[in-house]
Formats: sequence, structure tokens, C-alpha cells
Amino acid sequence: MQTAIEVEGLSKRYRLGQNLGGYKTLRETLMSRRRRDAADEAHLWALRDVGFSVPQDQALGLIGPNGAGKTTLLKILARITQPTTGISRTRGRAGALLDVGTGFHPELTGRENIYLNAAILGMSRREVRRRFDEIVDFAGLERFLDTPLKRYSWGMYLRLAFAVAAHVEPDIVIVDEVLAIGDARFRAKCLEKMSEFGQEGRTVVFVSHDLGSITQLCRRAIWLDHGQIQADGPSEEIVRRYVRDSVGDVPRADFTPDPSRRVQVLAAEVADGSGVAIDHPERGQPLTLRVRFVVREPLPVVAIGFTLQDHRGIRVLDEVWGEHGSDMLAIDDAPTEIEAEIVVPPILPAGSYLVGVTIGSSYDLFLEQEVLHFRVWPRADDPADSLERDRVVQPPVTWHVGRAGIR
Amino acid sequence: MTTSSADRSAAIPPSAERGRKLPGWVENRASDRFRPGALVRDLWSYRELGVVLAISTLRVRYKQAAFGVAWAVLQPLLAVILFSIVFGRLAGLPSDGIPYPVFNYAAMIIWLYVSLGVTAAAQSLVENRDLITKVYFPRPVAPLSAAFPGLVDFAIAFVVLVGILVAYDVTPDWAVVLTPAWVAAAMLVVVSVGFPLAALNVRYRDVRLALPLAMQLWLFASPVVYSSSLVEGGWKYVYALNPMSTVLDGFRWSVADGPAPGPEALVSAAVVIVVLVAGLFYFARAERSFADVV
Repeated sequence: MQTAIEVEGLSKRYRLGQNLGGYKTLRETLMSRRRRDAADEAHLWALRDVGFSVPQDQALGLIGPNGAGKTTLLKILARITQPTTGISRTRGRAGALLDVGTGFHPELTGRENIYLNAAILGMSRREVRRRFDEIVDFAGLERFLDTPLKRYSWGMYLRLAFAVAAHVEPDIVIVDEVLAIGDARFRAKCLEKMSEFGQEGRTVVFVSHDLGSITQLCRRAIWLDHGQIQADGPSEEIVRRYVRDSVGDVPRADFTPDPSRRVQVLAAEVADGSGVAIDHPERGQPLTLRVRFVVREPLPVVAIGFTLQDHRGIRVLDEVWGEHGSDMLAIDDAPTEIEAEIVVPPILPAGSYLVGVTIGSSYDLFLEQEVLHFRVWPRADDPADSLERDRVVQPPVTWHVGRAGIR
Repeated sequence: MTTSSADRSAAIPPSAERGRKLPGWVENRASDRFRPGALVRDLWSYRELGVVLAISTLRVRYKQAAFGVAWAVLQPLLAVILFSIVFGRLAGLPSDGIPYPVFNYAAMIIWLYVSLGVTAAAQSLVENRDLITKVYFPRPVAPLSAAFPGLVDFAIAFVVLVGILVAYDVTPDWAVVLTPAWVAAAMLVVVSVGFPLAALNVRYRDVRLALPLAMQLWLFASPVVYSSSLVEGGWKYVYALNPMSTVLDGFRWSVADGPAPGPEALVSAAVVIVVLVAGLFYFARAERSFADVV
């Protein structure tokens, strides 16, 4: 099989602070030029000596915690940014879907945005004209073609964006987290399209915190951590190891505030049914998942979501508050810290879990797919082999066993 | 554990591939080399993006603008009325024997094109921040495509110029055939200044703040409201360091029967070429970090 992607000794160094509100004023540069000392030059290696190759018909999944360098790697593969050292070679054009609707302009109509977005994704105008009806069909937005995009709902926006993206045919498809957006139907549609890309023999590189879709779409996965390859192999195995090994000692996580982010999760923890934080959650008792996030700009928060994935990447829970529009949290005096929690009934089997949080406003969706890895421990009286059973939930069940016909 | 280097196969030389036609290798590495040939090929293959970006800019500009395209005419017209009163009547500036409004309007539409184009080019990367951080395209496409939307306004204003020429009974001579060349020269000025400004703006937002003032100064350093015949002797060559002096004089020569530019035009041409080449080199060096800094 031909090789489609070749990566050798790839490293990428960012100056700290560079990608958080990067630019500076001329005066700042002139001032710092004068007293450039070692302390000024703090660096961060987003990638460090990464190497791998991907055969042409392979779908590769990239997993790892936030800040592991996944997006940086995609950006280098797609030639959006240059590596500091090393080489990345791709055979043919790599089409990156790092976001949906890149370049969409709110003032332009749906039709105009299709042409704009398609050109940005590398489609020729002749090609767009030829496939225009298909794109419109896929999006199901015939009636709104001449409506300015700013009047579209979030769902319509997503449909239009994905319809265009799905009709671009790059040699190498690079996708970052797109599947995490939108409702279940939209996600399923995206997944379907992605596996189609795979079946057509295109090379796919796919980043997601949705471990289930990684195992579903990709036979192979690479686990990145701190910019380095932690493991590379069959996706089921890598996902299992990743979820198992990422669990911390205590079911609690704090994050360094980053003022450049409009919405940011600051802390997440697991508590017992009455809301008291615990270190050793056990199966068979209700658990509280609690998250604290900060909203740094006025924002109508219309949805808060929790997802809970098990070690296979199966979404055990996917709960949304405010989905039906009756609840809303208008944040006028930013920054404001919000706390949200859900109480999970005693259904989780012992094992490792991954908590994700989404915060949605009318226009934006803020995803924090991996806020907390934690373990649910078996109960003292559980049989020794209890962990080996392959179950998704373990609610209290009642057994009735006896000779047939006696009861 | 399978580590990064375990299953790395040796680099495959592109020439060793046989059989089914496959796309060629595209490389991304830290590189100091600037290869103009590769850039031109890359730009050509992304020409449609440039066109679409320019068209979208135009569409957005005139959406929800009640006067729409009329702005393209109103702007130079109002400026000319003002300048005709202040500089033509009150100050009595000479205008090379051309009626002052014609003299001024002809220069003004070229000037407005350049001013609009330079501003748009300088902002082109920062405004397309989303694109730069999310997709690949040859970055020079952005400032290049910014040079085009202004041509539409220019074309509309040009139609009005024809009307003004008729009204003032000014008839251009044979030099009128060179008109497109002067417009092309104006585009070249926009592009050559636009490249370095766009790249600088990514790193230093001071550019955006300083630009309006700089454009004002440039306007008065160029023969828009006054005639370059005010500059005499050897100073002509110094004055021509501002390429707009030659572009404006040339355009007026072509459309309004003004005096032809002298040999100092060569100075302007040299300046444009130097700025263009140096600007491209700076741009190519700076573009490596655009996605990280913008």
C-alpha cells in the first residue's frame, strides 16, 4: 500500500503567550528588544519529535488530553502552520476541517456562502456549480438559500457548513472534533460521511474526544500526550489503555485560568449523592458530577451539557440542561463563575470514565470534551470478577429464580 | 508499547512510485528558502479562491448600504467639490491648464482606489484570521485579492469621469490608449505596499491605527490637489520616489490631456519594483508564523 502521510522528527515550539492573543504592539517589541533576557523567552513544545506514517487507505484516530498537541499536529499536516523542526509530507492536498463553516460570512446568503466556503476548502467554482444541487439537497435548506446567514439557526448553520465540507474531495481528510457538535442526528450523519470517506480509500486523520467514534471509524489510533506519541496501535487497545491510564488519583481536576478564552471550565469533581466531594467513588451509590466554569464576556447561556464516556468510548450519559429553551442563564456582568451539577443514579459499573462538558450560547458552542477522568471502584462485597463483565450500566436489579410454574 | 520511531518507514522518493496515478508529495517543513517559482505556481492553483474572496468582499460591502454603488461616485465627487473650492478657487493652485475639477477628479478616483486598496490589503490577513488559522492557502492570496474590489468602484467613478470630460469639453489625445497601463500601475503600487503592510499588521496592530494618518500624508505628498509641475529641476527625481506622482501624472496625461510624465518616471518604476520584491521577501519570511500569531 502506498504511503499517504509521512511525518519525521516533527516538533513545534510556541512562545508562551503567543497563541493566547498573539499579536502585540510595536512599542512592546521595542521595549522588550532592549532588555531581552532569558526569563522573557518562555517556550512551550506543543509537539516533540513526533514520527509516524499512514498508508493511503487508512483512517487514523488521534486521541489525548487537552493540550497534548493534537490540533497542532493537524495544523502542520494541513500546512496551516510550519513545524519548528522536522518534516511532514502528505501525498496530494490535505483538506482540513478544523471547524465548520470556516469563512462563513453572516451578511451573505446561504447560496453565496456555499460558493465562498467551498472555495476556501479548495473546491473549484466549476466543481461547486456541478455539485451545487447535491450540496443543497444534503443540507435540506432549499427554501433558505437566499436568506442571509445571520438569520439562520445554529442547526441550519451546521447543516449548511457540513453539506459543503462533505462535498469537498481532498486526497487526505483531516477532521478535528467536528463530530462533537450538533445533535445526535447530525453527529450520525457526519460519522456516516466520514466512514464513506474511509471506504472510498481516502486517508483520514481524525481527532476526537469521542472515543467511541474513534474506535468505530479508525482501525488505528495514536495517543498523544505532552506533544509526544504515548502509544500507537489498534484503536480499541489504545482507547482502552488511554482511558485506564489517564485516571488520576482523585476524582477532581482544576484548570489554570486562561483569560483569552471566553468560556472556560475551571474545576470539575465527583461528589456523593448529597454533594460532598469524595475521593473514592464506589459503584452502587448515586454520584454527583460537578463543574465550575467562568464566563468572561456577557453571554446568554442557553445550554449546559454533560457527557460521560466509559472505557470503550461509549457515551453512557449525554444530558443537556435548557435544551428546550425554557431555562436560560443570561450572564450580563461578566466575568461570572457558574456551577452546574448532575446527580447520576447508582447505575455505573466499576471502571474508568471520562466527563465532557459543553456550554452553548445562541451562537457559540464551547466544548470541553475531557474535563475529568475518574474511576468508579467496585464495592467491597462485589465478586472478584465483577470488573471483567462487559456491561454499560449496572443498576440494582432484582432476581427471581425458582422452578417454573411454582410462583 | 509502540513508540514514535518503531514503525517509521524510510522516506519514499517520489520517483519510485509507479502504477496508478497518485497526487504528488506536498511538504511542510521549517524553511528559510523563498522560491518565487513555487509561489507563483501555488498562487495560480488558488486563483479561484482569490476571485471568490474579492467577490464576497464586494457583496458584503454593498449589502444593507442604502446608497449602494452610489458611494463609489459620491466619495470622489464630494472631495472634488471641496478641493475645487479650497485649492482651486481660494488657493488658486495651478492645474496644468486643465479645468481644476477635471484635474482633481481624475487624480482623485485613482487615489481613492489606491487608498482603499492599500487599507484593504493591510487588513486582509487580520480580517481573514479565521481562514489563516483553519485552512491552508498561499497567504499572498489575501492581500492580492484585496486589490480587486476597488476596481469596481473605480470603474463606476470612471464612467462619471467621462461625463465630466464631456461637460468641461476636455478631449484626451492618443495617450488615452495608455489608460489601462496606469490603472495597472496603480494596482502594482497597492500590491507592493500591501504585502509588507499586511504582514506587519499581523504582528503589530499599530499598522491599522497608523494607516489613516499615513494615507492622509501620502495624499498630500502626491499630485492630487496640486500639480507636480510645482516641483522643479532635480527635485523632480526626488519627488518621483513617491511612485504615485508618476501614476497620477500618467493617468491625467492619458485621460485629461495633461503633460506627459518625464524621465523621472523611471525612478518611480524602480521604487515600485524594489518595494514589491522586498515586500514579498518580508512577507514570505513572516508568513511562517501567521497562523501562530494572528
